[in-house]
Amino acid sequence: MRQSRLSETFKKLKRYRALFLMVLPGLAYLIVNNYLPMLGVVIAFKNIDYSHKGLFGLIYYSDWIGFKNFEYLFKTNDALVITRNTLLYNGGFIILNTSIAIALAILLNEVRNRLASRFYQSLVLLPYLISMVIVGYLVLSMLNVENGFVNKQILPMLGMHPISWYSESKYWPYILTIVNLWKNIGYFCIIYLASIIGIDQEFYEAATIDGASKWQQIRSITVPLIAPTITVMTLLGIGRIFYSDFGLFYQVPLNSGPLQPTTDVIDTYVYRGLMTLGDIGMSSAAGLYQALVGFILVMISNYVVARRNREQALF
Amino acid sequence: MKNNQMNQTAVHILLILLSAACLFPFLLLFMASFTDEQSIVKDGYTLFPSRLSFAAYDYLWNQASTMTRAYGITIFITAVGTFVGLLISSLLAYPLSRKDMPVRGFLAFVVFFTLLFNGGLVPTYLVYTELFHMKNSLLALIVPGLLTNGFFVLLIRSFFSTSIPVPIIESAYIDGASEFKIFYRIVLPLSLPILATIGLMLTISYWNDWFNGLIYITEPKLFSIQNLLNRMLSNIQFLQQNSLGGNASAAAATIPMNSVRMAMAVIGIVPIVCIYPFFQKYFVKGLTIGAVKG
Repeated sequence: MRQSRLSETFKKLKRYRALFLMVLPGLAYLIVNNYLPMLGVVIAFKNIDYSHKGLFGLIYYSDWIGFKNFEYLFKTNDALVITRNTLLYNGGFIILNTSIAIALAILLNEVRNRLASRFYQSLVLLPYLISMVIVGYLVLSMLNVENGFVNKQILPMLGMHPISWYSESKYWPYILTIVNLWKNIGYFCIIYLASIIGIDQEFYEAATIDGASKWQQIRSITVPLIAPTITVMTLLGIGRIFYSDFGLFYQVPLNSGPLQPTTDVIDTYVYRGLMTLGDIGMSSAAGLYQALVGFILVMISNYVVARRNREQALF
Repeated sequence: MKNNQMNQTAVHILLILLSAACLFPFLLLFMASFTDEQSIVKDGYTLFPSRLSFAAYDYLWNQASTMTRAYGITIFITAVGTFVGLLISSLLAYPLSRKDMPVRGFLAFVVFFTLLFNGGLVPTYLVYTELFHMKNSLLALIVPGLLTNGFFVLLIRSFFSTSIPVPIIESAYIDGASEFKIFYRIVLPLSLPILATIGLMLTISYWNDWFNGLIYITEPKLFSIQNLLNRMLSNIQFLQQNSLGGNASAAAATIPMNSVRMAMAVIGIVPIVCIYPFFQKYFVKGLTIGAVKG
């Protein structure tokens, strides 16, 4: 009995060995790139001592210190500031990106000339295509203290004095929100446009015959029918609310110290701890805090979607 | 019937204004790179500079060896990364799409879980630097981006399982074709649309990547174009200090500081913008399959 089952398994393995072989490189890669670092989260509970060599030496021989790294992190004001910044920025981004992108998508859908519509789409999507480093340059050309377009052209026109943008933190919540909107609006717009195009034209024809105005049609047909897309996109956003666009918060403020009170988010904090301050303990504690809360949020938001509609759930 | 369409003129005016807002910073950057230093000091960066000059590009021409090297590195990592990334993603996706594959559910979970949880920057950094010693090697610019997580694999898998008829695979198997032969003679040729789309997304992410260079590369010789730009953003002298030759010292006295930075950024943008119209269709497709579950 046992013999036959074993030989059965063996036969199956032989039959599928080519497929297993195909899986191998990708699987090995995910183990190295994703699963090994997952095990590496124990670093947050260790006092990493660089005198030990190699990854395993570093982790194995460094002392356990329990939750000390987390205690330090949450004792300072840092944890509060970076959590608050991360949540407020991402929350604002979700609301603004969604509402403005929907408005833009509705507008684009109204354009009858297809060539013109395609042209507008390309321009709106252009910022999404470039790297955050380039965005850093573009913002610099606007906000540079001596030569920037805003200080040299716009403010004098309004009779205002130049502002040293890169050292005054109070403007940055607005600046980063605008930059984020400018960069990502095309992406969200394309998503909602795809959803709007899918709406059956008969709804609009019937509404027109009944004398519904354009505004009424948008409110009672377009928005309700793209609601599933809005829900999914919003919940995906909420699931990722603990993760920020590192490039936006690192490149655009030019990593400027005085701006940190309003531009520091969890990702920039982790980066700085690791690369500039060499404070691995604090950095990995913040990283694990982010990964755990992020994981919980993804699970919750998926649960909410799944309860509403099984089809739309991520898993 | 009149109500059914918004006023086309109003719609166009609004959209033209919005498109202009998207385009404006690019135009400003472009003009700034051609502006004479004196007029930058006087008027700042503007769309209509009082005096044009090619000084910034002259200066960069002198640094051509540094620039071409950085471009070469970007092109190399983009080509290799896209090819290898696409290869291992589709190799992993195909068995997952086969309903008869043993332990398929478990493997799919292993791929999927990487979307939900990750170890974060610190452990990842230590794995690549302390275990694989990739600091200051070109591999560090390629390997971390191959499959950032299982997302692309899952997209390719769902294409395979919805668009490739099982009977074709079965009959090929009965005719004696090996699994690998089925994969590259039947499955891949039938999946060109998804491969092109994912390949494009990989290409753009490699071309735009500065993050891996920022954390793994400190040796200026290995900088990609994005890393060069990144370094120049904070340190304008960088190009000069790390010149690979050319007559930097001769030009040093008269570096057109304010425009040269902008010219660098223009050189970084131009290639991708030039080919943008040709791949826009696939790009839009890639974005929408990414969001609306494939």
